[in-house]
Amino acid sequence: MDDYSKHPINKDLSKKDKLFIYEQMCQIRRFEQASLKLYNQGEIGGFLHLYIGQEAVAVGCVSLCGDDDHLITAYRDHGHALAVGMTSNECMAELLGKATGCSKGKGGSMHFFAPDKNYWGGHGIVAGQTPLGLGLGFALKYQEKDGCALVFLGDGATNQGVFHETLNIAALFDIPVVFVIENNGYSMGTSLERSSAMVDLEKRADAYGMASQSLKGDNVYEVRAGVDAAMQRAKKEHKPTLLEIQTYRYYGHSIADANHKKYRSPEEIEQYKANHDPLRVWSNQLLSEGEITQEELDAIDKRMKDEMIAAVKFAKSSPAPTIDSIYEDVYSEIDEGNPVRGSHFFNIN
Amino acid sequence: MRKITYREALREAMDEELARDESVYLLGEEVAEYNGAYKVTEGLWKKWGDKRVIDTPISEAGFIGMAIGSSMLGLRPVCELMFWSFHSVAYDQLVNNAGYVRYMSGGLINCPIVVRGPANGGTNVGATHSHCPEAIFANIPGLKVVVPATAADAKGLLKAAIRDNDPVYVMENTLLYGIEGEVPDPEDGDFIIPIGVADIKKLGSDVSLIAHGRSVLTALEAAEELAKQGINAEVLDLRSIRPLDEEAILRSVRKTHRAVLVDESKPFAGVSAQIATLIQEEAFDDLDGPVKRVCSLDAPAIYSPFVEDEQLPTAGRIIEQVRKLF
Repeated sequence: MDDYSKHPINKDLSKKDKLFIYEQMCQIRRFEQASLKLYNQGEIGGFLHLYIGQEAVAVGCVSLCGDDDHLITAYRDHGHALAVGMTSNECMAELLGKATGCSKGKGGSMHFFAPDKNYWGGHGIVAGQTPLGLGLGFALKYQEKDGCALVFLGDGATNQGVFHETLNIAALFDIPVVFVIENNGYSMGTSLERSSAMVDLEKRADAYGMASQSLKGDNVYEVRAGVDAAMQRAKKEHKPTLLEIQTYRYYGHSIADANHKKYRSPEEIEQYKANHDPLRVWSNQLLSEGEITQEELDAIDKRMKDEMIAAVKFAKSSPAPTIDSIYEDVYSEIDEGNPVRGSHFFNIN
Repeated sequence: MRKITYREALREAMDEELARDESVYLLGEEVAEYNGAYKVTEGLWKKWGDKRVIDTPISEAGFIGMAIGSSMLGLRPVCELMFWSFHSVAYDQLVNNAGYVRYMSGGLINCPIVVRGPANGGTNVGATHSHCPEAIFANIPGLKVVVPATAADAKGLLKAAIRDNDPVYVMENTLLYGIEGEVPDPEDGDFIIPIGVADIKKLGSDVSLIAHGRSVLTALEAAEELAKQGINAEVLDLRSIRPLDEEAILRSVRKTHRAVLVDESKPFAGVSAQIATLIQEEAFDDLDGPVKRVCSLDAPAIYSPFVEDEQLPTAGRIIEQVRKLF
């Protein structure tokens, strides 16, 4: 196995950088665990798609992003949101449907956004975000910015038509974009083998003359090495890349997916947890490098646990949205207070 | 005043906005080198080049999604749908992404896109190419829908749409592209028609014919015949379906006490159904008779050139409904 710790993009990471990566993965893990508990207590409505098991992908990718790099993803979006710097408080409040949530309680679990952090969601329809991500890359090139778009999608999204339209246009127009397939092996309850005629997902790029690579998603160093190469290709050559990052989710498609131990074996889940848990892989890596102690890692974990206790408290004590707010944030000119014929945008009974 | 065609008016609107704002760009199938399937964008690629006028593959979901994504970063794309009928393959992008991103982000993200193209029947192209989806999109809070009937409205509304910070869907008509109308000279200043303001195309006192798009011309034709029969019809052009100029509708109905709605889209849960509801809710006591409707006959668009025109609203059917009110 390659030692990605020696890769140029990784070899100069400081102790602080490495601890921050651990902190972010820990934050995501603890956030998801806290939200699972709240969901089971009936505090969260709708669906809850947990990112537990996939943390190294979002954190590894975001750790490479600069001011002009942008991200977009699908509905398993909490990990990316926290990785770009959204707070546990605003995200937890959104899950609870509170006015203090990142989308004022209007989006919910699947629809987190933070444009000020170059994070464009949080999209609920499988593969629906892929052309939007293409558009982010298009705009960066149009505006002559030195950045690229990272477009995250699941393995299931690769079988949607719009994904293929998007790949074709990205390659045809030389758009600075990196498509990151987070392949966790299952599109809801259907395994990759049962849903895809060709399971080597990175080869989908061949049809569009696009560069591609398959990576293991449990190791931040490997994720960073592969994604950095793709980002450089986007920025220097305006060429898109398709990456398949192999990962795994410990829980069901959503928490409402009660069958997830029927379409896959408990042994499979335990095997991944035991051998590929991204937090353990990273902490073992750091400990083996000798620069970081278990105590330092434990202190981070404790801090993240405390952060979630505070976030839950914040979310629970926050006000719900008002009924009047239902009509806000629909049309910009109404929100800005200068509609031509304001009252007639809506059929108000 | 000078006269130009509806097609030239649309082109002039895009040309002026391309010149005014570097973030405006055009994209769609055959819009650049081919000069537009209906020649609406003719000459614009030659004038503005590859960056501003872009030919796309036949991938409506892909290129409209791309346009939406680019608008989130501040660009102002104008997408051409060769026919609005092709909306169905891009519906997720047009509704969930363009229509709802502002709401679901709690107002953090604007989506200033325009999607334009013809939406009409009457050209013998069968049901797949004859959709009038204004009611479908006006049903989505977050979207705006405008349907210009004249060259001047086409120019003014398209310019307003391009400058709007929300998604605006402009529904044109292939049968109107060649029709000339008076449009102010660009040298006399920027010509903008605010979205959400209806326009009385003919003043009258006896009955309100409320229409949009090409149906406005059909209503005017009916009004001319009705005048010969001693009925002075008013023709109100909605111009915008959402936002809807409810005041203009109610003002006209309260004056004439009779309403006949003329709407090329289908009657079942269509635009006319919404307006009929509005009138009965707000002006019931002002009416001298029931609200009548003249829509496309409620079946998929028929191909046959022998009968398709009869499926659309006709002056004859309008007159027939008006006469029932007297």
